[in-house]
Amino acid sequence: MEKKQGRRHILSMLVDNQPGVLSRVAGFFSSRGFNIDSLCVSETADPLVSRITLVAVGDMTILEQIKKQLNKLINVIKVMDFTDKEYVQRETALVKVRAKPEHRAEILRMVDIFRSMVVDVGSEYYTVEITGDEGKITAFLSLLKPMGVKEIARTGVVALAREKK
Amino acid sequence: MIDIYDELVKADIRHITVRHEQGAVHAADGYARASGRVGVCLVTSGPGATNTVSGIASAYMDSIPLVVLTGQVPTEMIGNDAFQEVDIVGITRPCTKHNYLVKNVEDLGRILKEAFYIARSGRPGPVLVDLPKDVVRASTGYRSMKNVQLRSYNPTYKPNFRQLPKAVKLIKEAKRPVIFAGGGVILSKASEELRYLAKKIETPVTATLMGLGAFPASDPLWLGMIGMHGTYRANMSSAECDLLVAIGVRFDDRVTGKVETFAPKARIVHIDIDPTSIRKNIPVSVPIVGDCKITLQKLNTLLEREEFGDLKEERRTWLDQIEEWKATKPLKYTQKDVIKPQYVVEKLCEITGGEAIITTEVGQNQMWAAQYYHFDRPNRFITSGGLGCMGFGFPAAIGAQVACPDRLVVDVAGDGSIQMNIQEMATAMQYRLPVKIVVLNNSYLGMVRQWQELFYNRCYAHTEMSEAPDFVKLAEAYGAVGLRATRPEEVEPVLRKGLSTPDLVIMDFLVERQECVYPMVPAGAPITEMLLV
Repeated sequence: MEKKQGRRHILSMLVDNQPGVLSRVAGFFSSRGFNIDSLCVSETADPLVSRITLVAVGDMTILEQIKKQLNKLINVIKVMDFTDKEYVQRETALVKVRAKPEHRAEILRMVDIFRSMVVDVGSEYYTVEITGDEGKITAFLSLLKPMGVKEIARTGVVALAREKK
Repeated sequence: MIDIYDELVKADIRHITVRHEQGAVHAADGYARASGRVGVCLVTSGPGATNTVSGIASAYMDSIPLVVLTGQVPTEMIGNDAFQEVDIVGITRPCTKHNYLVKNVEDLGRILKEAFYIARSGRPGPVLVDLPKDVVRASTGYRSMKNVQLRSYNPTYKPNFRQLPKAVKLIKEAKRPVIFAGGGVILSKASEELRYLAKKIETPVTATLMGLGAFPASDPLWLGMIGMHGTYRANMSSAECDLLVAIGVRFDDRVTGKVETFAPKARIVHIDIDPTSIRKNIPVSVPIVGDCKITLQKLNTLLEREEFGDLKEERRTWLDQIEEWKATKPLKYTQKDVIKPQYVVEKLCEITGGEAIITTEVGQNQMWAAQYYHFDRPNRFITSGGLGCMGFGFPAAIGAQVACPDRLVVDVAGDGSIQMNIQEMATAMQYRLPVKIVVLNNSYLGMVRQWQELFYNRCYAHTEMSEAPDFVKLAEAYGAVGLRATRPEEVEPVLRKGLSTPDLVIMDFLVERQECVYPMVPAGAPITEMLLV
C-alpha cells in the first residue's frame, strides 16, 4: 500500500439531497489523487439536505484548496473540517467471526468487554455489531482476527461538533 | 431536439446553424466574450453533446458565461445504452460551473433560469442543461420567476471592509509597485476603475493574456503582457517590484514560470471574486475576495482620502528603470525578403487603428497577436487562454461578428489551427458574416516546432504541415474571397484589400517558416530567464 503523507481529516458537509452531488464531491478528491478513507452519506432532519462525512489523509494545503473548491460547488451548502475542533465521532462495524466451539466463550467475553452485541448466530459463524470510535473498532477487530474473521462491513465515521458546555 | 426546433421557428430568437458542434460552442463563447452577455448553444444528444466538450472546457478555464443545451434520450431509456445516448452530465461535471439533467418538465423553467443566473454571476462559467426527449415534448404552463434563490450559492461581491485598509497601507508604503490585471477585470467590466487606480498611484500595469485590453496599451504606464511570452520589462518588473496588486488573476503557470521565484521581492495584494484562486499557487499578503469592479471602486474611494506626495517624482527611479528595460530589450524582429508574421500583425494593428475585434487560434499566431496588436479597450481580444484550444478562433470570430455586426472582426490564425474548424466557412457564408481570416502560414505546427528547435535538439517530429489546402482556392470553393501575400511589400495591399472587402475573406500570408516567438521563458524556469532574439 502507498504510504500516506499528512494528517487525517474528518470533513462534514451539508449538501443538497440530489442525484449527482456525491459524484461532484468525490470527483474533487479523485482528480487530485486523494484517496477517501471512509465516506458516509445520509439524509438530515431536513429531507432536502444530506450530510456527507468523509475521512481523508493528506497534505494540509491541498486539503485547504479542496475545501474551498467544495464550498464553491453549487450543491454544497456548508463544509466543516473537524481536524482541530472538539467533536464526537462514531463508527459501526458488523463482523462475521468464526465461532469454533472452543472459541465461543472467548468471543462472548470480548463482546461483553467491548459492549458490543451478537446480532446473528449461525452454525459456524457469529455476526457481531460494534459501535465506537475508530480506535475501539480497530482494537476489537485485531482481537477477533486470530479466531478467523470472514467478513467485515464498516459504516465509516460519522461525526458532529461538540456543543458548548 | 426537433421538438425544440419546432417551437423555435415561432420564437423571436436568432438561430445560427453551424457545421460542427465544436463550432457552435466556440461561437457562443466568442459571442459572450465580445458582448459580455451569456452565449447559448443547442446541440443534439450523444456525439452532438460530446463534440461540445472541448469548447465547454475552454470556457470553463477562461470563466466565460455559457448555457449549453444538450439533447438526451427519453428519461425511461437513460442508462440503457440507447441510440445516441451519452452521460453528458457525468462527462462535463469537472468542466462546467454546474450542470443539470432535467427529469420533469415542471422543473424546466426554474432550471433554465438558474442556469443563466449561475453562468453569469460570481465567477462566470459554462452551465450545461441536459434535456431528455420526453421532457421537451411534454407541455406545462409557464410560471415567471423574478429572482433566483440558491441557498448554497452566494458569490461574494463586496470586499471585506477590514482588508481594504491593509491594501491601502501597502500601496502607500510601496516604492516599486506593479499592477497585474487579468481576465477578471474584463469580466467584471472594471477597466475604468483600473485605469483610475493606476493613474492615482502612478503605477505601471501589466496583464495576463486574458487581461489584454483591460488597460490601454497606448498608456505610458502600460508594461505589455507578462509571462512565458511576456515583454522583457513586464517580466523584469514583476521580479523587481516590492508590491504586486493582482486583480482578477489566478497565477497560471504560463504567467508565473517557476512559482517559487515569482515576484520574490513583492508583497502581494490579490483581488478576486473566487476564493479558490487566492493562495492556490502563490502566497499573498492581503487577500481580498470580491468583485473586481466593486472592490476597485471602494479601494479608489479610500485612496482618494489619502495624502500622497509627488508620486511622479517618487516613482521616477522605478519608472526610469522600466523605461530602460523597454529601450534595451524591446519586442523586435528583422524582416528582409521574407514576410515576418510579426510584421503582418503590426500592419493589421496599424491599418485597423487597433479598433478591430481580434480572435486567435492557439500557438504562435496567438502570441504574435497578443504581442503586436495593441488593445486599448476590453472585449476586443478573444482567445482560448487557459485551455489553449486550437480551432477556437474562427468560430469565436463568427460569434463575435454576430454580437457586434458593425465591427471589424479578424481571426489571426495559423495554417494548422485554422484547419481544425475550417468547415464553419459555410456558416459564415450562409449568414453573411464578413469575418476576416489572417493566416500566418508557415506550413508548420509552429509553436511545437519552436519547442522542438529550442528544447528537443531540432528533431522536428510530425510538425511539418506542408501538405495543406490552397487557402485562396479553398476560400473560393466556399464562395468567399481568397488573397495571398508572398513578399513583404504585398502585406499591406493584401490587408487593405481584404479588410475593406465586405465578405468573408481568407488572407494567406506565407511567412518565414522558422520564425520563433520571443521573448520565451522555458517551461518551469523563472520568468526573468528569458530567451531573447
